[in-house]
Amino acid sequence: MIIEGKQKIWADYQKDIPDDHYFYVRSCIRQAFWPGSEVTFLDITRNKLGKDFYENPYHTTCGGIAYHSDTIPQETAMTIIARQFALMKESGYENYVCSCITSFGCYTETLETWHEYPELEAKIRQYLWDSCKKEFAKPKYLAHASDIIYKFRFEIAKQMKFPLVNVKTGKPLKVVEHIGCHYSKMFPSKGFGGAEYPHVLVGMIEAWGGEVVDYPERRHCCGFGFRQYFVQGNRGYSESNTYKKFESMEPYEPDLIITNCPGCPYFLDRWQYVIAEQTGKTYGKNGYGIPALTYEEVAGLVMGYDPWDLGLQMHQVAIEPLLEKMGIPYDPKKKYQGVNGKDLGQPQCPSCIKSV
Amino acid sequence: MKENIIIIGGGAAGMEAATQLQKLGLTPVIIEKSNALGGHIAQWDKLFPAFHNAKDVVSKMFDNVKDIKTYLNTEVTDIQRNADGFHAVLSNGEAIDGKAVVLATGFDLFKAERKQEYGYGIYNNVITSLELEKFFRTRKDERINNPKKIGFVHCVGARDVKVGNTYCSKVCCTTALKQACEMKEVFPEAEVYTFYMDLRMFGPGYEDLYLKTQKDYDVKCIRGRVCEVSEDMDGRLVIKAEDTLFGKPLRMTLDLLVLMCSMEKNKSIDKIQRQLGIENNSDGFMQNRDMYLGMNDSKQEGVFVAGTCTAPKSLPDTIGEARSVAVEVFNYVNNK
Repeated sequence: MIIEGKQKIWADYQKDIPDDHYFYVRSCIRQAFWPGSEVTFLDITRNKLGKDFYENPYHTTCGGIAYHSDTIPQETAMTIIARQFALMKESGYENYVCSCITSFGCYTETLETWHEYPELEAKIRQYLWDSCKKEFAKPKYLAHASDIIYKFRFEIAKQMKFPLVNVKTGKPLKVVEHIGCHYSKMFPSKGFGGAEYPHVLVGMIEAWGGEVVDYPERRHCCGFGFRQYFVQGNRGYSESNTYKKFESMEPYEPDLIITNCPGCPYFLDRWQYVIAEQTGKTYGKNGYGIPALTYEEVAGLVMGYDPWDLGLQMHQVAIEPLLEKMGIPYDPKKKYQGVNGKDLGQPQCPSCIKSV
Repeated sequence: MKENIIIIGGGAAGMEAATQLQKLGLTPVIIEKSNALGGHIAQWDKLFPAFHNAKDVVSKMFDNVKDIKTYLNTEVTDIQRNADGFHAVLSNGEAIDGKAVVLATGFDLFKAERKQEYGYGIYNNVITSLELEKFFRTRKDERINNPKKIGFVHCVGARDVKVGNTYCSKVCCTTALKQACEMKEVFPEAEVYTFYMDLRMFGPGYEDLYLKTQKDYDVKCIRGRVCEVSEDMDGRLVIKAEDTLFGKPLRMTLDLLVLMCSMEKNKSIDKIQRQLGIENNSDGFMQNRDMYLGMNDSKQEGVFVAGTCTAPKSLPDTIGEARSVAVEVFNYVNNK
């Protein structure tokens, strides 16, 4: 590996991101999968970094899942996006940041398509007016939320309490980075580091003390791939993609996987359970799996947030071995407690992958 | 009085054009930006399809131009048309006048790092065809350490919409097969694979080379493009490709991957080209007047083109064009 080669590419694919004042839109599935992630993002940007990130309660899904599943036409998806942009305009913002990678891909694709085909933009303006009586302005800047954390990764590092270091050995944790396909594979110039060697998560890992693992199937899809999973008959294909990735990364003995997509951490997490049940094989040490976390969860961990406030109990793969490696204190009794200490009950433990 | 002919470029086309112009009684002057004549071909070891020593060919060309005035390490910084022809200012501070200008500025090799998915400049054992040729000449390259499994990727930077080059680079197919055979000679135990889109064996002896590559050297030619290269824990290369004849995706672990880089127009001549009013064609090379009867003429009077400045060409094609440009220039000067 010639690191200078990657560094040159990283230098070629940089973006100037505005410092402040963003209109934030959530992901439809992340709130269900990883409910702590978006809350943590807003808390870090607003309260730890002192930035203005505004959420409009009337915003909706971007339509990306329906669009990529071929259940709605592109014009419909564009009209939904136009409505989001109209809300941004009404709220007095010009910088747009989305939580979801697929949304980022859809917004980018829409803006690029309108740039190439202005007549289509005019048509969508009319559709939006006819359906909602709204007018939109295109964002001056479009970012993915991981771009924001990347931009402020060193500021986060200054507030870091638990770096990505094994407290017992003093060595950096070995971290696999997994980029959502829709981040920069369609438009390489829109992502930090381009399409082949994205820097957006690598930058976070290095700034927070970890060591990046580059393995042969790094670029391979997590296994979500929309129709690979949504069509029930294809789910074996979904799982086989995930299996391929884990088989490839296994020799490197990673401590952690960090992702920037709604689906990737879900499939990299849940399929580990299925693979273990089917084959008896686990990829972490001592019968555990490898935690697959969102970048907000990792940012929260290094900054000292309580693991259960981050929602890490929502992961199938047990997080406790990672917390112990990083020296993060946690109360096992609070893992399944809700608001005001209400006992939520413990999930059934799987038989082949350790859960605590 | 002998007439000066300004030849920009001292590669195969420039040297051969100068040789023929001198034989026709004119006075060619070669202006070469690098420190030696010979261009790309001087960096080559053997030539396809019959494995001739490149050095033998280049040496004869050197002999032919030894009495021709040549400027090395020199570029044309400014060129203007005047009543007698052209006035060129050189980077060494001198100026020369000529009745005609021959652009024989050759090509740039496609920068392999632009195809990021192949990992050139990132993974140690990914090299270019030019670097392999240097290995054949010197037998020195730390990356080539008794490889057991070797791959060649055709069309790197050619026939590729993604990099903006839709043209065929013409010589890479035959070069890949030549180099594959040579690798088998150096490393007889190695398995050698080439990944191609189509094998374009258009010249005399090329098809024979293709058959020989498979029958005598046991090189496996796979019809399919490599889409991704990565590195495993041992530093070996893991490639993904498609075997389109079997209709199946393919993964393979290799010790060495050679990228057959295409030709692109030499961009260092852009300023002078603009001053002379020569446009580019749709492939980004220089536009000639007519592809059939005016292939050596530009659309500007007194400005001629030869060799790979107008399109990718093999060495025989380049030499043929260099000879024909000499006739065109001779006729132009004598009819003026």
